[in-house]
Amino acid sequence: MSEPTRADVCAAAIADAFRDDGEIFASPMGMLPTLGVRLAKLTTNPELVISDGESLFLAGVPPLFAKADVVEGWIPFRKVFDVVANGPRHVMMGATQVDRDGNQNISAIGPFAQPRRQLLGSRGAPGNTVNNRTSYWVPKHSTRVFVERVDVVSGVGPRRAREAGAAAARFNDIHRIVTNLAVLDLGGPDDTVRLRSVHPGVTVAEVQEATGFQLAVEGEVPTTREPTVEELVIIREVLDPRSLRHREVPDA
Amino acid sequence: MTSATHRGPRDKRMSIDDVVSRLRSGMTIGIGGWGPRRKPMALVRAMLRSDLTDLTLVSWGGADVGLLVRAGKVRKLVYAFVSLDSIPLEPNFQRARQAGTIPEIVELDEGMFQTGLRAAAQRLPFLPARAGLGSDVLVNNPWLATVTSPYDEGHGHEELVAVPALRLDAALVHLNRADPHGNATYLGPDPYFDDLFAMAADEVYVSVEQVVDTAGLTVDTPVQRLLLSRMLVTGVVETPHGAHFTTCTPDYERDEAFQKAYVAAASGSDDEWAEFEQRFLAGDEDAYQAAVRAFHEEEQK
Repeated sequence: MSEPTRADVCAAAIADAFRDDGEIFASPMGMLPTLGVRLAKLTTNPELVISDGESLFLAGVPPLFAKADVVEGWIPFRKVFDVVANGPRHVMMGATQVDRDGNQNISAIGPFAQPRRQLLGSRGAPGNTVNNRTSYWVPKHSTRVFVERVDVVSGVGPRRAREAGAAAARFNDIHRIVTNLAVLDLGGPDDTVRLRSVHPGVTVAEVQEATGFQLAVEGEVPTTREPTVEELVIIREVLDPRSLRHREVPDA
Repeated sequence: MTSATHRGPRDKRMSIDDVVSRLRSGMTIGIGGWGPRRKPMALVRAMLRSDLTDLTLVSWGGADVGLLVRAGKVRKLVYAFVSLDSIPLEPNFQRARQAGTIPEIVELDEGMFQTGLRAAAQRLPFLPARAGLGSDVLVNNPWLATVTSPYDEGHGHEELVAVPALRLDAALVHLNRADPHGNATYLGPDPYFDDLFAMAADEVYVSVEQVVDTAGLTVDTPVQRLLLSRMLVTGVVETPHGAHFTTCTPDYERDEAFQKAYVAAASGSDDEWAEFEQRFLAGDEDAYQAAVRAFHEEEQK
C-alpha cells in the first residue's frame, strides 16, 4: 500500500468529524465531504444516515457519483428543512470566507448592496448554523478564505450566536473546519478558531502563514492521523477508484 | 335538472400567451421548482417576450431569475440562492448583482423562504423561525423583525425571527401531468414547494408536459403524487418540454449541453448574449423548441 496522499488524509479527517455523531443525517456538500462521510459510515459510524444529495436516503454506501443502491427513505428538500429544525443532522458546507469567530460566507464578496463578486446567496447556512451541528471544508487554505472579518455572515459563529440571544445559541455547534493543510475548531479563547492538528508534512508556521488572522495554538500541535490500511483500501478501491479526490486536493 | 349539474369542474386549459396576458406589471410572482429543477421555463420565456416590468420575483432561483433580471423585468428579487447546480453560479444573476441593476434585494435563508411561503399559505402575517438569527440576513434586511415567545420552556422567552408571509399575486409552476381542471401530479423524486407557492398565491398557473383526463392522473403513479388540487389552480397550459433546460424527471433530465451554451453566452460579451437571445428567445415557444432541436443536431455533428 503506497503512502497516504494529502487527499486521503483529508478524507480521514472529515470522517473523524462524523465519528461521534451517532444516528443522525450526515449532509456533506461537495466531493471530499461526501467521501469523508461515506468513509465514516463504512468504519467508525455505521449508524450515519446518508443521502444521494438529492431526495433519497441510501441504505448502502455507494462510490462517489454512483447512483444505484438500496433506498431506505425519502428526503425531498421540504423534509430536509424539517430535519434541520428538528436537529438530528450534521452538515459540512463549503466556505468562501471564514473569520476568526467562525463566521462563514457563501453569499457575496464586497459590499452586499453591490458585491464585487456575487456568490450563491446564503443558501441554508443561517438556518443550519443555529439549528444543527455544522462543519466546514476548505480545499485551499489561504488568507483569501481565512479573513479577519467575513464580508457577509451566512453561517453564524458562536460569538454572533451568543450575541443574538439564547434562541440562536442553544443549538449553535460549529464542530470542525477541515482544510487541505489542517484541522481546526472553535476551541480557542472566546470561541475563536483553534488549530487542532496539522497534516503530515505541514508546519504550524505554514498554516499560520496561510491564515489571515491569529490562530489559537495550544502547546505542541499534533499531526493529523494518517488513514489506516483499511481506510486506504476503502477510499481507493471502494469509494473513489477514479481518484477524483486528487482533483480537489492535489498532492503537496 | 339544470345544465350546470352536468357540467362538472371547469375546463381551465389555456395558452401560454393567455397566462402572460393575465399577469400585470408590478405584480409579485412566485416561480416554483428549485434552482435548475422543474422550472416553468416556457412561461418564463413568454414573460421575456411580454412588456411586463417592475416585477417582484420570489424564487429558489435558477435560470428563471437569471433570464428575467437580464431582461430588466425585476424591480425586487426575493431569493435564498440562485444556482444552476452543475454550474454553481448563475452568470446573469451574478452580473446583475455586480452591476447593481436589481433595485431591491431580499436574500433569505432557504428555510426562512419556506417559512414565509407557509405563513402566506396559512394567511398568517408571519411565522417564527430560528433560521436567520445572528446572520447578516437580518442585517441586510433591517425591516425583518423578531418576535418574543410568550412561553418559557426553560430557556427564557426565546426571541425568534418573525418571518413575514411571502404573499404572491401569482404563482407559476411546472408539473408532469394535469387534468383540464387543474389537478396535477409530479412524477419525479421531489415535489419541491409547488403546492406552497400555489397556496401563497391569488392566481396559480400550472404548465405541464401533458394534459390527461382525470382518470389518467393515477393510472401509473400513486395518488400521493397528486400535489395540486384544482381548487388551487387558475389555469392549465400544456407545454411539452416546458421546463427545458431544467430537469423534468422522469420526462427528461437537465439539458447540460444547452445550459453550458446559456452560461457561455451570459458570461460573454453583450454581442454574444444578443446572439443567444436572437437565436433562442426572439420567437415563440415553438420557435424556441425548434431552435433547441437544431442546436442539438449541430452538437452531434
